[in-house]
Order: sequence, then C-alpha cells, then structure tokens
Amino acid sequence: MSISLSAHGSPLSLWERNVLGRVTSIPMEELRRKDHVLLLRGTDPLPDIRGYAGVLTSTILPVDVRPGTPALHLHSLDHLEDGDVVALSSNGYVRTLYRIHSPHNSLFTTDRCNSFCLMCSQPPKPVDDGHRIIELLRLVELIDPSTPELGITGGEPTLLKNDLLVLIRRCHELLPDTALHVLSNGRLFYYGSLARNLAAIGHRDLMIGVPLYSDIDSEHDYVVQSSGAFNQTLIGLQNLGRYGVSVEIRIVIHRLTYGRLPQLAEFIYRNLPFTSHVTFMGLELTGFAVPNREDLWIDPVEYGPELVRAIDFLARRGMTVSVYNHQLCVVPREIWSYCRKSISDWKNDYLPQCEDCTERNRCGGFFSSALRRGYSSHIRPLQCDGGAGRQEFTPAPRMT
Amino acid sequence: MAPSTRFFPRERYSSREAGYTLLPFRFMRWPDGDMLVVSEVGEFLFLDMECFLDLVRHQLSPHHPRYSDLKSKHFLADGTSNVPVELLATKYRTKKGFLDGFTKLHMFVVTLRCDHSCHYCQVSRVSTNRTRFDMSVDTARRAVDLMFQSPSPVLKIEFQGGEPLLNFDAIRFIVEYSKERNKTEGRELEYVATTNLVPITDEVLDFFKRHSILVSTSLDGPSFIHDANRARKGNDSYDIMIRNLERVRRALGHDQVSAIMTTTKLSLRHPRDIVDEYVHQGFSSIFLRSISPYGFASRTGEAARYEMSEFLSFYEQALEYIINMNRRGIDFTEVYAQILLRKVLTPFPTGYVDLQSPAGAGLGAVAYNYNGDVYASDESRMLAEMGDESFRLGNVHSDHYGKIFGGDTLRSLAAASVLETLPGCTECAFLPYCGADPVFHHRTQGDVVGHRPTSAFCQKSMSVLRHLFGLLRQGDPFIDALFTRWATGVQLSPIAEAVS
Repeated sequence: MSISLSAHGSPLSLWERNVLGRVTSIPMEELRRKDHVLLLRGTDPLPDIRGYAGVLTSTILPVDVRPGTPALHLHSLDHLEDGDVVALSSNGYVRTLYRIHSPHNSLFTTDRCNSFCLMCSQPPKPVDDGHRIIELLRLVELIDPSTPELGITGGEPTLLKNDLLVLIRRCHELLPDTALHVLSNGRLFYYGSLARNLAAIGHRDLMIGVPLYSDIDSEHDYVVQSSGAFNQTLIGLQNLGRYGVSVEIRIVIHRLTYGRLPQLAEFIYRNLPFTSHVTFMGLELTGFAVPNREDLWIDPVEYGPELVRAIDFLARRGMTVSVYNHQLCVVPREIWSYCRKSISDWKNDYLPQCEDCTERNRCGGFFSSALRRGYSSHIRPLQCDGGAGRQEFTPAPRMT
Repeated sequence: MAPSTRFFPRERYSSREAGYTLLPFRFMRWPDGDMLVVSEVGEFLFLDMECFLDLVRHQLSPHHPRYSDLKSKHFLADGTSNVPVELLATKYRTKKGFLDGFTKLHMFVVTLRCDHSCHYCQVSRVSTNRTRFDMSVDTARRAVDLMFQSPSPVLKIEFQGGEPLLNFDAIRFIVEYSKERNKTEGRELEYVATTNLVPITDEVLDFFKRHSILVSTSLDGPSFIHDANRARKGNDSYDIMIRNLERVRRALGHDQVSAIMTTTKLSLRHPRDIVDEYVHQGFSSIFLRSISPYGFASRTGEAARYEMSEFLSFYEQALEYIINMNRRGIDFTEVYAQILLRKVLTPFPTGYVDLQSPAGAGLGAVAYNYNGDVYASDESRMLAEMGDESFRLGNVHSDHYGKIFGGDTLRSLAAASVLETLPGCTECAFLPYCGADPVFHHRTQGDVVGHRPTSAFCQKSMSVLRHLFGLLRQGDPFIDALFTRWATGVQLSPIAEAVS
C-alpha cells in the first residue's frame, strides 16, 4: 500500500511564499497558532482561525478567509495526522515534509550531485536550489523532538557545504535526542576541514552513510561515473574516522559490483576498520537503473555466494552488517539474520504469491518500482516452521 | 528518462594500461613452489611463481586475475594518485600504534625472596633476610613517582619477584600510593600480581578484590611435571597451588586469575598432559612458553637445556591437540599463536611487549628492581642478577626520568631493535609479524643485533609463523574460523546470531 506524500487542492486565499506548519486538528491557543496548520473537517463547528500558519479544510469554508491566512481546500485530509509537518503552496500543493508516525523521515537538501551513479534512484538535477536551506531550517523547528531518527539526503548534502553544518547544528540544538543519518558520497570530506567542522558540532548520534562499490578505484569510479571519486571517498572516510564521526558503508549490489564483494569486505576491514555498520543493498529499478538495467540487473539468487562470503568475513571480525532491500526467498538462509526490513513504507509492496508466505512479516518486500519493472525470477512463498534460519552455517574458504 | 548515452564507458576510468608501480612488500618461497608475499602492513597473498615473476618484472597483465587482488591489498598501484600510499601510511600507523603513549607496563620487583627454587627460575633467593632483598617504601614511592612521569594514559602495574606476596606491605603501599596520586593524574590504572599462590591469605584476597588486582600464577602441567619443575620444601607446590586457585577464584571471580607455563625438558614429552591439565583446571587458554636463558635457567646448566627444535616439535603437537579439542567443542586458546595471528589477520597492533619493532624493552615495559635499579625489561634485571648490568637504565634514587628513559642505554637499545634495519630481518617476509629481542641476543650471542641464522629467537618465530601459515593455507574452514576468533577476540559466530 502506498501513501501519498503530496496532495493538490484549491487555494481559498492568496499568499506569497510557501508556509510550513505542524498539523493539528485541535484548535490551539493563540500564541501557539503560528507554528500550526489547522485541519477543518466537514462536521467541525467552525473555530476561530486567526493566527494559524495555515488552514486545510475538506469542505468549503462557509466564512471568508482573511487575506494572509493561507487556506486550502483538499478533497481528503485522511493522510494527515496531528504532528505531521506540511508545506502549503499558493498554487494548491500540500507537501508532507514530515510524518510523525513514520520511521523514515528525511530532510531533502538538494537535487544536485557531484557524482552520476549508473543506478541512481533519484537522478540529480543541475538546479540552483540553495534556497531549500531556509525551508529546512524552519522544518527542523517544527519536527517533534521525540523523533527517534531523521535522515539527511539529496542529491549530495555536502554540496551545501557550510549550510549543511548550519542545518546539522540546528538539529543538534532543537532535536538533541534525534539520531541523524546523512547519506553522502563522502567525496567532499576529502577536505579534512569539513569532517573536522562536522565533528566539532558534537552531535551525539550522527552517522554518515557513504556508498563504496568496489575495492578497485576504476570500478567504483565507473559506477559513480566520476574519475577520482574512489580516492576522494576513501580519504573522506578516513577523515571522518579520524575526527570520530561514525560512518556506515553502503554497498549497492548489482552486476558491476557483486563479483568482488568478498574482496571489498576485506578491504573495508583492513582500511576502514572504524566503520560502524556495513550495509548491502539490493538494486532499486528506478531512476538511472532503468536505462542501465541491461548492465546492472542480476538476479539476487546469482550473487548469493559472494554475499554470504562478504557478510561472513565481516561478521566474524565483529563488524555490524545488514542486508537491505532483499526478499527473504532469494537470500541464502544463513544470512537471514542480517536482513532488515528497510524499504521506506511509502515505497514497499508485496506480490500476490507473497500472501501464502509464512515469512512475509519479517520480509522487507519490494520497492513499488520493482513490481512494475522486474524482480527475481525466484520469488516464491516460503513455508517455514519455527526452525527457520537455524540451519548449519558453513563459511567459504577465505585463504588464497 | 535519460538516454544511456549520458554515461561513459568503463575504459574512461581505468589507468591500468599505463603500467604500475610496486609498493613495499617482502616475499618468501613456500615449499610447494608458490611465493608468499607480505606487504609492509602484514597483508598477504600466495602467488604462483609465474605470476610473482611477472609482478616484479612489471609485466603482470592488468587482466590477470591476481592483478586486482594485488592492487586491493596495496602491493601495486597504477595511476598517478598518492592515495594508495596514504592508505598504507594509515595502516602502518595503526600497526605501530603500540608506540603511542610510550611505556605502559611497569613491573615492580618488590622482593627477590621466594619459597620456591624452581630450576628454571631466573632470579629468586630462598632467604629470610628481609632487608637485603625487599623493596623499601622509600624506593617504592620513588618508583611510582617515576612511573607517573611516563606519558601513557594507561599504566599497567605488575608485581614481580621472587614471590611478591612475601613483601605484601610494599604491594599495599604501591597500590594505595598510586591510587592517591592518580586522583590528580587521571590515568587508567591496572594491577596484576604474579604469584605462586602459596602466601595467599584472606587479607590479601580482600585487598585484591577491593582494588581489582588481577592474579597471574604459574602452572606447568599435572603434578608430576609441576612439582618437578617448581621445587619447594615438602614437594607440595602443585597441591597448594590448586587448592589456592579455587580459593582465589571464589574470592575474585573465575576470570580474574590466569596462569603461565614454562616448558622444561620434562615438559617436552607431555604436550597433551599439560594442555589437559589447563582445561581440567578451568582455564580457557594456555601460553606455551619456551625456557629463557637467564638466571638459574642457565646456571643449572645441562639438565634443563634443550634445543629450540625440540620445543617447536612440542609446540606443534600441543597446538594440534588444542585445535582438535576446539573441534570437539571445547573453547580453548593458545596465546602465542593468538598473538601472531592477530598480527597476521587483523589491521591492529598487539600489546605484547616481547614481539615488537622497535622492541618493547623500555619503550613498552620497564622493571623497577627491589633496590631501585631500573631495567629495560624483566629479562634485563635477570641478566643483572647474573652480573651483567648492560641494560640498567639508572636508579630511582639517583637518576631523573630524562636520564633513565632518554639516556644512552635505552637509546642504543631502541636503535638496535628496529627490525626494519636489522641484518637478516630487513628482507624477511615475516618482519611485519615479528619483533626484536636485543636483550636475548646480547645474552645468547654477545651482541644486541645478533646473528639470525643461529638465533633461537629467530628460529622460533619463523617456525611458528610458517606452521600457522601452513595451517591457514590448508583452507580448512574450521581452522580459518578458529584462528579468526583467536585473532579478533570476536566470539560471535553467524550461527549464534541466527534469527529468533
């Protein structure tokens, strides 16, 4: 089931800039209204709407809305909950920027990127979107401080340079208990000052997730379509390690990367042993992966042996390992315990045959895009008893 | 959607055809004809001879299946970037991390007196003359003050003897005084007492518990070996030791006591009995140590002497027995193999001071003798008891920190203990895993540098490393997993982590 993240309605008043507000269906005292967007449903007696950041209604308001109070009519308000944060545009769009009950909230920093990965799921756009920082800083003020985790994504967030530090510092101040997970290609951390300044913020629970696609420079550079990227990323990772910023290494598995997964695992252990978390991710057939699918697609069943060897190598050395975006029926059973349900809830789905699978509840399922564009030919309903996953583990020989 | 012509082909990103440079590595011919290559930071590969020769002649094809492995492990680099060298440098710094903080292990020889007269013992005196062989409070205070001048954030205090508990007053003083001083110093203090367990009393145990003092004792094997090695009036060393072992474990906790064994000529015939004894007594590891050429060990002469080759045969039998024991599900570790495997299989340094380059003598460890003399190592003070003062760094009463730790004796000792410069070591493939022992070579060969082809130290390191590599080379998944567990200390196995 997919959940819509933006809705379009009819503006009932006029306003200039986008306004952000925290959704509330309960009328607020006047002083707190400026941070809130009031939801009005048909049966509600009409309250005083002065002072709110905005108003969303599913019926036509029976009274005039004063100019200056952004108000929109939406067909349905069912996708919104108190505590969500929305942005209202005067062209009628209502974007949900934060959902209070979702574990997958992110701050989207930019469409720009200095890499051009063959399988990029959100292809970069060379636009000037530096203004986003203003909206993001306001968003951080409205997010519930009890939020357990917040992502910072793009594009490439480090392209914001100092603005990224400002944003993270704001999170540190206003959301001190919220874990921050930044997705970055790590290249700009080649400059030690960026890593040092990031560390100096002193955020207690900050992790930088950095993709690494090979232990060989030219292979990584080919995947990210950027000469020198591998070397920049490695020095960047070491700089982050040196200044004590936690790093996660993210490996997307596809036809160009699966062959040397075991060697990549050893490379990480030898060169980046401070890594907090190594994640292996299935390919999402969206964005650039669609035009490049001939080069990239491999049935996950085919790379099982390499994946098992890589995970076994790292786990035996005490490194934390996870497998994301894989269906359990295509993953060797000895590594099921590393599989996490990771696909964002607005992107995941299941197939009809999954209805009969006993493991469906612990399976990550599919990206919605996979159901349209293709998936493993080995998807099948599993019929496991309680002993699932406990079969004997035989590691592959490692020595050469 | 974007047309695929926006993407560049693989060739654009490869600089392989332009040739490669070799990064520093050493090599050793293996009996099966292959070549073992070991990088400056201890990463290794076995290459067939053709591949090896192509590699060193700069003729290895970039399409050779080994090319990427050699590049990944930094044996070669192509392209113009300096990053591979930077990565190597970081790994090298990590491996040499044992040098950070300077001297960590501080041994206090609080008395030479002992109730045992073990025939391999280095230094003990059976004497009742307390004043002659005991460390005074004044000396202890000066030694502790000197210790705190070491910059190390971690200070490990080890009580040695003789039997250190025969001068419990000194132990108590050193612990209490160091803790008092540490209120302003803020170091991490660790305490270990090396004792034969005979003088254990409730008062001692209470004190040890209160101050978290670990106990290290000696167990040479079953009673017929232990009592033969560790002579004591009444011939009851084993019985007392075992009885008190239980008492100490009950008081302090099972894992607060460890044991070390010394291999004598008698031990050589009983590898299994010795290992079994350790398992039977509830130890989870054993350190199979060869006898050292110091003190009584050399004075008692021929009776105790054996060839290193005899020890190595003993060692290999015991190791095989231990591996098979693990196959049967008994979790048991051989510590010498563990130290070497950590060097071979991990990017991390080890804290073991007897196998480092530069040597741990003085830089990693220091010994304060009962009379205030400071020695570069425990072995150095044993040598002194035999009349050879070569490695005496000074005295806590008459010399200051700079003279002791920055003086000519330690400087020349350190200079003679950098394997990377020593004849016979510089080109050895095992260099990244080995260490220098200038005191040993001074004693056995009359020269701190020494002569490798006739060095028992070299013979031991080489043989054990060859043996461990041979076992790794077999590709036995069980041995691989066991050795990885020893090297990393990671107990978790993927089976144990199975889904709930």
